[in-house]
Amino acid sequence: MSVSVVMTVNGEVVAKHVEDRTLLVEFLREHLRLTGTHVGCDTSQCGACVVHANGKSLKSCTALAVQMDGAEITTIEGLANGDVLHPMQEAFRQNHGLQCGFCTPGMVMSAVDLVNENPDPSETEIREWLEGNICRCTGYHNIVKSISAGAKAMREGDPT
Amino acid sequence: MYEFSYHKASSLEDARSTLATAEDGKLLAGGMTLLPTMKQRLAAPTVLVDLTGIDMAGIEGKGDNIVVGAMTTHAAVASSSLVQQTIPALAALAEGIGDPQVRNRGTIGGSVANADPAADYPAALVGLGATVVTSKRSLSAEEFFTGMFETALAEDEIITAVSFPVPEAAAYQKFPNPASRYAIVGVFVAKTANGIRVAVTGAGGSVFRNAEMEQALASNFSPDAVKNIAVDSSGLNEDIHASAEYRAHLVGVMASRAVAAM
Ligand SMILES: Cc1cc2nc3c(=O)[nH]c(=O)nc-3n(C[C@H](O)[C@H](O)[C@H](O)COP(=O)(O)OP(=O)(O)OC[C@H]3O[C@@H](n4cnc5c(N)ncnc54)[C@H](O)[C@@H]3O)c2cc1C
Ligand code: FES
Ligand code: FES
Repeated sequence: MSVSVVMTVNGEVVAKHVEDRTLLVEFLREHLRLTGTHVGCDTSQCGACVVHANGKSLKSCTALAVQMDGAEITTIEGLANGDVLHPMQEAFRQNHGLQCGFCTPGMVMSAVDLVNENPDPSETEIREWLEGNICRCTGYHNIVKSISAGAKAMREGDPT
Repeated sequence: MYEFSYHKASSLEDARSTLATAEDGKLLAGGMTLLPTMKQRLAAPTVLVDLTGIDMAGIEGKGDNIVVGAMTTHAAVASSSLVQQTIPALAALAEGIGDPQVRNRGTIGGSVANADPAADYPAALVGLGATVVTSKRSLSAEEFFTGMFETALAEDEIITAVSFPVPEAAAYQKFPNPASRYAIVGVFVAKTANGIRVAVTGAGGSVFRNAEMEQALASNFSPDAVKNIAVDSSGLNEDIHASAEYRAHLVGVMASRAVAAM
């Protein structure tokens, strides 16, 4: 069966027909060609697919597109302001918070949700928050460092 | 995923009747368990009935009880100031489920209906002597959980809320699987109006109480009272994460840690 959905994705209203079984991540990647959101495990373990729905992070491989009808979605493509990176993206860049980069979109989206909730997270809080995000390259150390720096930049109200 | 049709229920009655007439209908709450199960083709419902349009999320105090609506997310229970003040052990349990994204979507109704042997909530329900409220009736947590992934729910029965009596004191301690955070063993200890209750999840096919520990704590409420009570490992779960004997040992360790935390 096919249904029509209307969502606001990165500030733009999109209306599309999807199958009932279309996952949010398929909708983003295949219907909207927003391929910054990745699929790692496809079984809700790895967090590569994390996006925000109405300001809260979720695993987009484990939500149906039709469930998001009317929702406001932000993906990694929606964070930067033109050519100026979001402070959390910039922090990952400055602190060598990525190697292959596969996990990075999910890491950054998850980190922004953390800082929205807890503007000054401790290292322990950052590590606990990353429970749902798996990285196969970095050993996490520089990711934690990046998130601390990104949180600081967000607190200081970097205008981006 | 196999093809299915999606229906967003507009009311409890709409959900119930859609479920009753569907060839193979399933309720969809947070989807954190159901959708992965469908992708793995362990379930292939023809109709999904989404409960998110029905107003069943929220937490309220009613007399001596805290009533948590079935669609309340783990994140909402964890951050509720009412739960933190009245049953802090329940808020902490919810905060320890999975990861932030699982907690943002997963619901108490879905967790309880799924009756995973390693799920956390069943320990709180049985430990506190909670009541499961459904579209048809109310039943005690002990009547509700009937086995591994099995409950007393009828095909077209929907959980609407869980009502927790506020205890004098309670604590939950789990030995989590380091990858998923599911309980390898979790023990919920509560001092309630009807005595001391000790409920164990993760160790067996379904949540169970340990009467010997409850009696020992009634006469001497201290970590040492339960630490060395031997738990029979026969019939306990055994998998790549832990042997039955190891789980049996962990029951005593987690129980004594819970008592120490109270
Ligand atoms: C990576 C990961 C880690 C996790 N870690 C933990 C953990 O540490 N501890 C833990 O306890 N759990 C854990 N979970 C499971 C999580 O708590 C799920 O949210 C929960 O088991 C199911 O809730 P749901 O709302 O997503 O239900 P769904 O997946 O939507 O549904 C689950 C089942 O319940 C039925 N159902 C849903 N709502 C109702 C209702 N109101 N009435 C009747 N039937 C209903 C559905 O038909 C389905 O059969 C984890 C899950 C994941 C993906
Ligand atoms: S792809 Fe969604 S959690 Fe791994
Ligand atoms: S940078 Fe390669 S998976 Fe994280």
